[in-house]
Amino acid sequence: MKNIVVRFCGDSGDGMQLTGNMFAQLAAEMGHEISTLPDFPAEIRAPQGTLGGVSAFQVELGSEVYTSGDKADVVVAMNAAALKVCALGSHFNHSQAQFDEEFSLFHKHAVVIVDTDSLADKDLEKAQYHTDNPFTELGLPESVQIVPVALTTLTKEALKDSGMDNKSVLKCRNMFALGLIYWLFDEPMEKAIHLLEEKFKKKPALVAPNTKVMVDGYNYGQNLALNVQQVRLEEVQGDKVQGIYTSIAGNKATAWGLIAAAEKAGKKLFLGSYPITPATDILHELAARKDMNVMAVQAEDEIAGVCTAIGAAFAGDLACTSTSGPGLSLKSEAIGLAVMAELPLVVIDVQRGGPSTGLPTKTEQTDLLQALYGRNGECPAVVIAASSSANCFDFAYEACKIALENMTPVILLTDTYLANGTALWRIPKLAELPAITPQSVPEELKGHYNPALRDERGVRYWAYPGMEGYEHRNIGLERDAAKGTISTNPENHEQMVLARKKKIEQIAERIPNLQIIKSSNPQMSGTLLVGWGSTEGHLHAAANELGCDLAHFNYICPLPKNTREVLSQYKRIIVCELNTGQFAAYLRAQFPELKIEQYNEIQGQPFAVERIVKFVQQN
Amino acid sequence: MEASQFKSDQYVRFCPGCGDHAICMALQKAMAQIGIAPHEVAVISGIGCSSRMPHYLNTYGFNTIHGRGGAIATGVKTSHPELTVWQMSGDGDCLAIGGNHFIHEIRRNVDLNVCMFNNRIYGLTKGQYSPTSPKGFVSKSSPFGTVERPFVPAQLVLGAGGTFFARTLDVDMPTTVDCLVAAQQHKGCSIVECLVNCVIFNNGTHAWIADREQRAEHSIILKHGEKMIFGANKDKGLAVEIDPQTFVPKIVVVPADDPRVLTHDATQADPTLHRLLALMGQDRYLEANSQDLPEGKGDLPVALGVIRNVEAETYNDAVNKQIAEVREKAKAKTFDELTATLEQWTM
Repeated sequence: MKNIVVRFCGDSGDGMQLTGNMFAQLAAEMGHEISTLPDFPAEIRAPQGTLGGVSAFQVELGSEVYTSGDKADVVVAMNAAALKVCALGSHFNHSQAQFDEEFSLFHKHAVVIVDTDSLADKDLEKAQYHTDNPFTELGLPESVQIVPVALTTLTKEALKDSGMDNKSVLKCRNMFALGLIYWLFDEPMEKAIHLLEEKFKKKPALVAPNTKVMVDGYNYGQNLALNVQQVRLEEVQGDKVQGIYTSIAGNKATAWGLIAAAEKAGKKLFLGSYPITPATDILHELAARKDMNVMAVQAEDEIAGVCTAIGAAFAGDLACTSTSGPGLSLKSEAIGLAVMAELPLVVIDVQRGGPSTGLPTKTEQTDLLQALYGRNGECPAVVIAASSSANCFDFAYEACKIALENMTPVILLTDTYLANGTALWRIPKLAELPAITPQSVPEELKGHYNPALRDERGVRYWAYPGMEGYEHRNIGLERDAAKGTISTNPENHEQMVLARKKKIEQIAERIPNLQIIKSSNPQMSGTLLVGWGSTEGHLHAAANELGCDLAHFNYICPLPKNTREVLSQYKRIIVCELNTGQFAAYLRAQFPELKIEQYNEIQGQPFAVERIVKFVQQN
Repeated sequence: MEASQFKSDQYVRFCPGCGDHAICMALQKAMAQIGIAPHEVAVISGIGCSSRMPHYLNTYGFNTIHGRGGAIATGVKTSHPELTVWQMSGDGDCLAIGGNHFIHEIRRNVDLNVCMFNNRIYGLTKGQYSPTSPKGFVSKSSPFGTVERPFVPAQLVLGAGGTFFARTLDVDMPTTVDCLVAAQQHKGCSIVECLVNCVIFNNGTHAWIADREQRAEHSIILKHGEKMIFGANKDKGLAVEIDPQTFVPKIVVVPADDPRVLTHDATQADPTLHRLLALMGQDRYLEANSQDLPEGKGDLPVALGVIRNVEAETYNDAVNKQIAEVREKAKAKTFDELTATLEQWTM
């Protein structure tokens, strides 16, 4: 078997995120590629056992992993509500709904492990079942392999001599399920135990009971020889670069990209931020990185987040702010100030479902046009997007490099899927990362400096407080192109608008060309899938299946220089995005001669590869 | 140093007769007196007449966006505590659109010197009422008079836990310079309320104390360690009385030789007395037409000078100290050392 998708689902309090993460990490350590999808409700704790409180964690593992998987092959359902939500998918709250593979979160041949102790009448009632047989009621076909396990009873049995209270005992149920899954995948228990010890390092009292339950879960599978085939995955082969790997979540990778860039650039890293789902982990990570000399300010609001960063940029630092869509709206005016004052600034927008408060914990690509255009005046800024949880590192690093070298705000778009998902990451050494040369000011300008003076690229020179002989007044007002002082002159304004535009455009000279991921099917060679940001894995998988080519964008403003040349070679161009067609509209505006089709989903979920394939084949 | 060293080459564009001219000159004088080199000084402002100030000072300056000067100044000072950071703001910039940043810079006690120019009007947008305009004030945006209760800035500052509050008047140059110098010397968030006249849209708003004939009777200049005495003939003093029924303390005017006359202690941690002093005469600004104030209201002098000056740990010191402490103990201090701490494997 090449790849397999496992979904852990249970109540918000059942520890599904931890369980899933531990499994994913062990899988990665055993040499599999991984991609994960935490899928949890916005509420911290919905009423226990209800449909609204179901929390899930999905991971695809194997030798050629592009996504966290459309549908699960193996499911752990910790209670009746989780079973229902997983079986019915988006139809879970339709009355009378039954299993339909199109909407279900697992395949019709899936193995579904269910805690039979959590299917009592009151559990079924809370999960809004109408009968006492959930399997029949859900209409699960016989091809679904139900594995009933009395998880609760077995966990209690395992810990009967532990002296723990009932509540604490029940919290270990997830480890029994994890042990069972380890058995199913034939994973080595020594490594699993080591990993568990690592995870509970700060709560040593929990190591022994959780280990006991996990090992019992493993042995339960082994001894009872459950009527299920153990899964054996193929070894990873192919083009993976040799090296040292870890698994990393997108937000952490983003934070570390900033840390690496600051050290490489010889700048102090400053983060001004305000807590907002799903971006907050970037603030958490950087607040914890005082060892790396990171100054992380939890500001009084989103506006102060970006404004403290602008203050730090004015004072010469590598300044960043992290947020999500609603916060980006609040920061718009200040980003305009950074454009006007021509200061380096990195703005990270971890996109979520919108508009307004929208779907805070779900994923979407709906902030693209806001990032490109959502400011008053002619206000160009660089926009780039990460396309995997791991390359959040690279693009955070790249955002800093572009900002510091070109004296401009850079908006980095990631999203919930990348931010919370984890992937394999090859750990780089600082020395192998590209050099960063922050803009500076030539010595001969001492005593004659003003903030409008530019180099041959059109990038203004950077002097900041503390530097003697370069005192100047920066402004959000229009400035005189020669003197740098306030100007309302009509020709000067036009000249400055164009100068700011040109400064962004010239960045295209130093970003990589667009690369096509080539197909294997000559019949499909005239068809090009186009995407940007977090959908790369899904589009790659879809292009593989279709045998067509893929052009995936990380650089959006400016676009790679060869974009027109590349796109114009295709008869059929299909732009696929998790919005109503924002990138498609952007490309049409840039290249009006091209005929561009679009495929869109706006459900707060990552793409389903099979739906993209179906669309391309049927249209 | 000379005041001229802090003067920029820009033509000062405040309206002729505007109180901001005087504060501008006072700032140049105060900066010269303090003696910190211009390149070590950053002056941050928002939007409004007063926010033009950085253009006229030969230091580093940043004239930003409306209301956000406080947040931007916080970023400058936190990341670079070695700089001297001033913030120029007005009653609209600071108390309306930037109100949140204002109270939080005070709460955090960021070591900033904030000049809050209070002319009780929006001047640059040509005459709308501000959060300090008295109730009933008629302006272009309140043609029938405002129905809003105004802020007394001192209340806000003390309410947010302010460690330094001074009040000064555009026409009183020596007191203004003294207040600005004291604000810079204070470690922490120093708020100087600069009462300035808007000659175009709100002329005479501070006439009660600005008028040369009246000033000595209607205001008192508080000096730390000195007796609170005022009046053209220095014949009046201030004392505290406690109402026997309600136990509410209040300030009263007594003869200058009364043994109860208070000695000003700006460094007292408890803000109760500072608050009473800062609120003196402020009921005069709560409602328009306050010349008809009832008996017992508005007869206390307006306090000028440094009213509160208390030391407390600053935000910028505390965060930088924490970073230094963590780094001192940290095993990993570079990116490569940090990645080495990860759970990792070779593939």
